[in-house]
Amino acid sequence: MNAPAYKLQVENLHKRYGQHEVLKGVSLAARAGDVISIIGSSGSGKSTFLRCINLLEKPQQGRIIVAGEELLLKPGKHNGELEPVNPAQLQRLRTRLAMVFQNFNLWAHMTVLENIIEAPVHVLKVPKEQAVATARKYLEIVGLKGVEDRYPAHMSGGQQQRVAIARALAVEPEVMLFDEPTSALDPELVNEVLRVMKLLATEHRTMVVVTHEMGFAREVSSHLIFLHQGLIEEQGHPREILAKPKSERLTQFLSGNLK
Amino acid sequence: MNWEVIFAPETLQLYGEGLLVTLQLLLELLAIGAVLALLMALALTSRQAWLRRLVGAYTFCIRGTPLLIQVYLIYYGLAQVEWIQQRWDDIWPWTYFKEPFFCALLAFALNNAGYSAEMLAGSIRETPAGEIEAAQAMGMSRWAVLRRIVLPSALRRTLPAYSNEVVMMLHSTSLASTVPALVDVTAAAGRIYSDYYLPFEAYLAAAVIYLCISFALVGLFKLAEGRYLAYLAPRRH
Repeated sequence: MNAPAYKLQVENLHKRYGQHEVLKGVSLAARAGDVISIIGSSGSGKSTFLRCINLLEKPQQGRIIVAGEELLLKPGKHNGELEPVNPAQLQRLRTRLAMVFQNFNLWAHMTVLENIIEAPVHVLKVPKEQAVATARKYLEIVGLKGVEDRYPAHMSGGQQQRVAIARALAVEPEVMLFDEPTSALDPELVNEVLRVMKLLATEHRTMVVVTHEMGFAREVSSHLIFLHQGLIEEQGHPREILAKPKSERLTQFLSGNLK
Repeated sequence: MNWEVIFAPETLQLYGEGLLVTLQLLLELLAIGAVLALLMALALTSRQAWLRRLVGAYTFCIRGTPLLIQVYLIYYGLAQVEWIQQRWDDIWPWTYFKEPFFCALLAFALNNAGYSAEMLAGSIRETPAGEIEAAQAMGMSRWAVLRRIVLPSALRRTLPAYSNEVVMMLHSTSLASTVPALVDVTAAAGRIYSDYYLPFEAYLAAAVIYLCISFALVGLFKLAEGRYLAYLAPRRH
């Protein structure tokens, strides 16, 4: 069997809360190794879009295809939202889409090591010794050796986010979803997280990153999407569209962001 | 003061027997209460509105009435019901309702379950939403999220409140002395009081016994909190 051309395809995603339409038909396609950054002002729908990809938010319309396998959706009862036809399929596809959250969302009652091996051992049924070895490998990659037995609350935000990245890496996902991973961090801690994300990009991992970090978007991503009021206003190679924005909206957005 | 009577072998034996009954009552009521509390806490936090309301009404009644009344209702009240009277001579499980120990145990367990369920349900509701989302995003089923993330975290956070409830329950078992033919520590003290007319010595000795059990219980819970709630404690360098 040929490897599918795309690691992730999202087609024509619509999402509304009540009458308020947040996404009005947004699509995205990521090949292996693509790093797609999504930017936009707050309220543009970028986080909602990312959270629809793994169905943490349920869209009203759209298709989601992970490594060639389409997530089967059917109309649900609540506000026209789509539901998974088969919860087991959703769970399986979710393990292929690891997510890193703005607020880290580590499990507070577990140590660092327990956080990282939880999904491999209890969802993917990887033998524990193997999961522990993998966890140590990724902890080293994110630059955190010797913190295995710490609890999240006893670490800095930057360290917690790097643990969260190691936790996402440990399930060996097809695509990594980053939801504003540096927005909750103190300015001096942002760089340690960005450095890890750059490293992952150079390892040709497929990443979709919602971010406010223009430097990261410009230097690291292979494709940039500018969302405005639920639609893709402009997209393309980051250096080109950041240097010569075509739309007025993006020009405005950038003048507010790049000081 | 006449302490010789208190330390006489037959008195000590009576206290000892009372202590065993008290401890047996406490351990059994906690075991039954914990199982019921877990089920009720899940019902109180379930998506089904009727289930939440049903169990909510139960905990409201349990927490809204005195434990002594509940003991009386089960021990004396149920014995008045003809339907049960017709069955308690030979039809299981109604035969249990003839035993004072069982009636007291049932009343205490139901009471304990009502309080503990509300505590645990509170902790379950307070589970950070982000931790649940992270678990879902990792591909966990609803059951796995509950079993691996929500309950382990909620049970730990319930420990301090639950330790209070356990000590309160220990003291509440003294109400078992109101059920005739059940000799716990308090009933033992009552007997010594009436046999020797030494109220102060008799009840003081009982108080010391309760104090010692409380001390041991609090110590056990402190150990458990040190172990299971380390993640909430300030970092030690």
